[in-house]
Amino acid sequence: MRPAPFDLVTPSTLDEALVALRDGDDVRALAGGQSLIALMNLRFAVPGSLVDLGQVNELARVEDHDDFVRIGAMATQAVVHRHPVVAARAPLVAEALGHVGHWQIRTRGTIGGNLAHGDPASELPAVMLALAGVYQARSAGGSRSIAADDFNLGPYSTALAEGELLVAVDVPHGSPAEATAIIEITRLAGAYAMAGAAVWCRLNGNVVTACRIALFAAGSRAIRVAAAEAAIQDTELDDSAIAAAADATSASVSPPGDVHVTADQRRHLLSVVVARALRVVRQRAEVQTR
Amino acid sequence: MTTTIQFMLNDSPVEVEVEPRTLLVDVLRDGLGLTGTHVGCAYGVCGACTIIVDGLPARACLMLAAQAEAKTVVTVEGLAPPGEMTALQTAFHEEHGLQCGFCTPGLLCSLAALQQGDPAVSREDVDDAISGHLCRCTGYVGIRRAAHRALGVGPGTGDAS
Repeated sequence: MRPAPFDLVTPSTLDEALVALRDGDDVRALAGGQSLIALMNLRFAVPGSLVDLGQVNELARVEDHDDFVRIGAMATQAVVHRHPVVAARAPLVAEALGHVGHWQIRTRGTIGGNLAHGDPASELPAVMLALAGVYQARSAGGSRSIAADDFNLGPYSTALAEGELLVAVDVPHGSPAEATAIIEITRLAGAYAMAGAAVWCRLNGNVVTACRIALFAAGSRAIRVAAAEAAIQDTELDDSAIAAAADATSASVSPPGDVHVTADQRRHLLSVVVARALRVVRQRAEVQTR
Repeated sequence: MTTTIQFMLNDSPVEVEVEPRTLLVDVLRDGLGLTGTHVGCAYGVCGACTIIVDGLPARACLMLAAQAEAKTVVTVEGLAPPGEMTALQTAFHEEHGLQCGFCTPGLLCSLAALQQGDPAVSREDVDDAISGHLCRCTGYVGIRRAAHRALGVGPGTGDAS
């Protein structure tokens, strides 16, 4: 099918875009279009007007700050995937992007478009949770920061208000005392994950002093699993601690089933990806401290 | 309401009238008569409509025509002069890289973009690019053999390794 009729505005500055988003009737921001245009082709989305951000170059920057990387909302997934600053400062973001769609999607798909879409099966919201990233939002009336824990409200639902635009995300710099990993299970390359986990750990020697374990494709939104985090806290990430984290995961999630996996299978797969991700973290931590 | 857009298409400037909702793939096929770009799923999954936009592969079904304004677009028709084939196309021909041919233009555009963008491309990069395309005929064996050969990565046996 093809999209229903709509009005199109193409601003060249952020301020123009914010005014258009404030004043538009039934308006949506168009980033890379790799989700929105697909939904419009299927007529699941029928917006009255679109504000195309493709000419707003100031939104496409990747900037290294003192202790975080600021990734502009319109930076494409392909650029960020291969960006040297991201690889050095926030390797989990680059690793996750290898799982997002296909190369042919990532060339146009953007960081901001993915995150503002709020797909519960997307890798990036879970990466934001694992890294304690910060969402930067702007509207014609002002700006605010939103913590990753507060951003995703439900399926395709975020804390962004009407007329508010996600302009960037801030990802804290990693350090040699930290290790991260992302693992997902899919039926074929580039397909939606059936279960996935993104993990961040800070270690003192071999001992986990802080950690965040986030799941995606686990239900209505990306979530952290406090019980699994507690299971590895102050441990040396030995096999029994990892098994305890996996058990805590399956005990604390209640995911839905779908045509590919039943709810019980998904609960099992979520415990599997948590265990696999923690084993990768352990291996990477050993290499980094060697 | 229509607007006029201009872009470079296969080395020639073009100017077309489009509605906001007009997809780029429909301008290419119906407006400009370049039917080499195929429409499969029309929601970005199958890869049949893949073209090259500013040197990078993109789904023509997930671009509004208006988003092509001032860009440089290459379709399968623009890969080689009329009547000729690139080394990549020749490899597809000789290695049985196609059967019905529906997925072929998209695959050729992705692989041509990969080849032109990165001279030190790896076998994994080639397979990753191929993974963005559905082929329901070949089982990918001939496609991988052709692509590996044309992009100079590995023996091109088409094995699963």
